[in-house]
Amino acid sequence: MKEIINLPVKNVEEEEYHINMGPQHPSTHGVLRLVVSLQGEIVKNLKPHCGYIHRGIEKMCEKDTYPQIIHLTDRMDYLSAHINNHAVCLLVENALEVEVPERVKYIRTIIDELNRIASHQLWWCSFGMDLGGLTCYFYGLRDREKILDIFEESFGSRLLHSYYTPGGLMMDIHPNFQQRVKDFIKYFRKKIKDYDKILSGNIIMHERTRGVGVLSKEDAISYGVTGPSGRASGFSCDVRKHHPYGVYEKADFKEILGTAGDTLTRYNMRMLEMRESMKIIEQLIDNIPAGDYIAKMKAVLKLPAGEYYQRVEAARGELGVYVVSDGNKSPYRMKFRSPNFSNLSALDHMSRGCKIADLVAIGGSLDYVIPDIDR
Amino acid sequence: MNSFFEYFSDIFRAVKSLLTGMTVTGRYFFSPGQIVTQQYPENRKTLKMFDRFKGEVIMPHNERNEHRCTGCGICETACPNGTIEILQAKIDMPDGKKKRIIDKHIYRLGMCTFCGLCIKACPSDALAWGQEFEHAVFDRSKLTKTLNQPGSSIIKDIVE
Repeated sequence: MKEIINLPVKNVEEEEYHINMGPQHPSTHGVLRLVVSLQGEIVKNLKPHCGYIHRGIEKMCEKDTYPQIIHLTDRMDYLSAHINNHAVCLLVENALEVEVPERVKYIRTIIDELNRIASHQLWWCSFGMDLGGLTCYFYGLRDREKILDIFEESFGSRLLHSYYTPGGLMMDIHPNFQQRVKDFIKYFRKKIKDYDKILSGNIIMHERTRGVGVLSKEDAISYGVTGPSGRASGFSCDVRKHHPYGVYEKADFKEILGTAGDTLTRYNMRMLEMRESMKIIEQLIDNIPAGDYIAKMKAVLKLPAGEYYQRVEAARGELGVYVVSDGNKSPYRMKFRSPNFSNLSALDHMSRGCKIADLVAIGGSLDYVIPDIDR
Repeated sequence: MNSFFEYFSDIFRAVKSLLTGMTVTGRYFFSPGQIVTQQYPENRKTLKMFDRFKGEVIMPHNERNEHRCTGCGICETACPNGTIEILQAKIDMPDGKKKRIIDKHIYRLGMCTFCGLCIKACPSDALAWGQEFEHAVFDRSKLTKTLNQPGSSIIKDIVE
């Protein structure tokens, strides 16, 4: 009793205390738990706790054959499902030295870019909502619906498609596909101006994001922050430019690079990237060559023993797939280098010294998808 | 004095940019022709899904209650997560030989990830995508379905 009485009285205002942001916080976009050390409302440091939605996808891949692995990669970064599928397909095709038809390459590139636009639209919705603008959510989802309709007509599903298969595609594109994509581009070129009016030009948004969560180029490289978040810091990391796959070599597009590395720059990167994606689609959509939609493949795919690595540019950064094969029909070990996991590792560095409301803005600009972090 | 003006000009610009955004919302508010929402349970009669829509895996039967499934089990091995199970039966053929035919094609909808590998793998085109999408049931056991209808038989011209 005596000891309790003699305890020193702490000044609560100066004391550092911890709060849990998540796992069920709306701004963490899923089950991510951030243990935030606060002094007042200033973030001192932050520890992300992952694993709430860990499903052991890498381990599950070890019992599946290569065509079966495709449907698991959908469920990592579900907003860029096609691009994840593309990574595994490219890896298997390169390992087996299969030449896929030109038609497949064109279709895959167009669909990847559509997927990127859809992903950035959903990011725009949720970024606006994180900062308190609920209207963004309705407009963004309304336009994303158009892309999902294109997907649904051609492949039958809206979010988890499993459309690519090693060697080509599951089925040919729908006859309406080209017309619908052209209509969408025409439609979205008009609607993206609304996006700029509602959020991009808004001074309140600028004040909340300018100079918040600054990440220098050196830090971006050392943390491995890729994608629009890394390019906002001036780190030229676009896999489509540096290690082209598909028909990105034939398309004329710019790699968007920023300099400031703050939240506002990361926002602008994605807005400009949507326009670049539309430019790529416009160049390719009329030139899809005729031909088969799948190359001739063996019934059972066995990769020669060895190690393989393939990288693609997913909507949030560089996705790497690493496979160790022992010559069997399923991989000996499979590892995914997911973009969100690396981007999350920089969150602690970026948010130090910010207010807790800024943490929401920084998290929104990183655009994390939790199933991709945990896998 | 300078910061004083800056403070008020910031407020003024913020209000102005807010009003710019509200012209967009106002335009949609006064043009009801651009409403995109669907009244889902009410439009159920007219709702038409796309032809390739992946609702569930079905086994099409013709009017004589015949299907195309030989019970070879390729779909069972193609499935990544054990959704499909094939139970075979043996029948006596007229020439004295025993032949394996399909007894039950069990499909567990609750485990299905709709990847489409079973339909792609089927050599006799016995499986197809169904358009049904309202899968909610009160009991989990109702998600386990038998795809071949009771009393059905195989179409004669299918060869293994």
